[in-house]
Amino acid sequence: MKTLVLVEHDNAEVAAATLSTVKAASSLGQEIDLLVTTSSQDVVQKASKIEGVSKVLSFVDGQFGNEIAEDIAECVVQVANDYNFFLASSSTTGKNNLPRFAALLDIQQISEVIEIIDKTTFKKPIYAGACIATVKTNQEKNVLSIRTTAFDKASAESGNAEIVEMPLTDTSSKKSAFVKNELTESDRPELTSADIVISGGRGMQDADNFKLLDGIASKLNAAVGASRAAVDSGFAPNDYQVGQTGKSVAPNLYIAVGISGAIQHLAGMKDSKTIVAINKDEEAPIFKVADYGLVGDLFEVLPELESKL
Amino acid sequence: MKILVPIKRVNDYNVKVRPNQSNTDVDLSNVKMAVNPFCEIAIEEAIRIKESGNADEVVVVTVGDEKHQEQLRTALALGADRAIHVKTENPLQPLDVAKVLVKVFEKELPELVLMGKQGIDGDHNQTGQMLAAMLGLPQATFASKVELQSGIVEVTREIDGGLETLKAELPAIVTTDLRLNEPRYASLPNIMKAKRKPIDELDLGALAVSLENRVELVAVESPAERQEGVKVESVDELVDKLKNEAKVIE
Repeated sequence: MKTLVLVEHDNAEVAAATLSTVKAASSLGQEIDLLVTTSSQDVVQKASKIEGVSKVLSFVDGQFGNEIAEDIAECVVQVANDYNFFLASSSTTGKNNLPRFAALLDIQQISEVIEIIDKTTFKKPIYAGACIATVKTNQEKNVLSIRTTAFDKASAESGNAEIVEMPLTDTSSKKSAFVKNELTESDRPELTSADIVISGGRGMQDADNFKLLDGIASKLNAAVGASRAAVDSGFAPNDYQVGQTGKSVAPNLYIAVGISGAIQHLAGMKDSKTIVAINKDEEAPIFKVADYGLVGDLFEVLPELESKL
Repeated sequence: MKILVPIKRVNDYNVKVRPNQSNTDVDLSNVKMAVNPFCEIAIEEAIRIKESGNADEVVVVTVGDEKHQEQLRTALALGADRAIHVKTENPLQPLDVAKVLVKVFEKELPELVLMGKQGIDGDHNQTGQMLAAMLGLPQATFASKVELQSGIVEVTREIDGGLETLKAELPAIVTTDLRLNEPRYASLPNIMKAKRKPIDELDLGALAVSLENRVELVAVESPAERQEGVKVESVDELVDKLKNEAKVIE
């Protein structure tokens, strides 16, 4: 039996999350195939260069320019007989698609896997990462979503997989349709794959102040993140959110500014290599996980930090 | 139009849950329980749709033991019209919950199902998508805006790069994200009124859902603790440490 990994992309580039998912898949010790649904041949070519992949099942059609979970699930079901593992990252794309076809195949999905112990045993965080569960599957076929920060990335260039063009099915009876995207425009690195992340919390006080993080982010080529409290208060868009209900990040350097350090936030960043906390409350729980803590008023600290970088 | 809102009983958001002494499960004894925050958002949205005149009835449903009636009463106090309690002593996994909800859906035939995107206990983020798949209905997950038009729901979704808008034919399954709304608090008169609202009890065994022990919990541990680091006195010291000690900036 083989492992199937769902490729994530923006119709131009393969997402870094997919490279980590392929790396995770390699520890199952089986042949790995990829499944790509896209409007662009380009992505299929790039996917075929990923290290350790045998075949790329390619569904190329205009209808896949924007992804509809219903359509992707149908593509997976079409090829499911040959596979006993189905993996995707736990990005919003993976979270949207995986349970849909898991249910069609009558499989209980295992979400947010951080360690593959063997083919039946996996570790995953529960309760916002307050606990780590070890689970054992009794199923012959399994669907895993992968917490990508827990795995290295497969090389994007050293592979040479066979491309298999798949027949397309009629989708004229579709019950849902894409309307529009409003994507955050940014020249900065993407939050989940950035080497450095600087995040703001409730202490930033308003959306205008949040811009104080931008200058530092530009100097460090960092991504900007936010705590749930900052998103809830409207200081930052939701796609900045780091934590249990947002993104998980594990950069080399994570700078938490005005973030108290609720467990829900720590869940998304405590695997970062170096953590810096800047907060005026010296009792803030964020200092318990920080390698370097600076107690101070962020409105004084941030401009000074920007000028000294 | 009828809206069905499946809800989950979970630990209170502010409680830090720990493993039990034997590391076989989490320890929920003496932990305050509540309606899952994402389910509260789903209840709120359903009530707002009803208040705007676009729905006639809001029905909440949960699956679990006797204590789950507390959360159903909370939902009724917030404005749901009636509740369904599918009774079982055993906690179910998302696939099984979805199978139970299929039966409830077939009985109730709602035009819209609104539910939380994930429980803050297991953090699975699966049940809504699974329910949609099993019913062959469209799904719109992680909603930050829900607009009903005739026979259609337009949903703005929170995705990693920003926002995406989808249109789906009704009936459809919509799962809620944080920014969809801010749930109200129940008023005392409404809490009193909720005591007289009906809760239909269904025995899980009577629903003819076949359940299997597909994924077992083997162990539960605390995560590795990070070592607490040092406090620096100034921005200069911080920049120096980052450059020369941690070597994470140049």
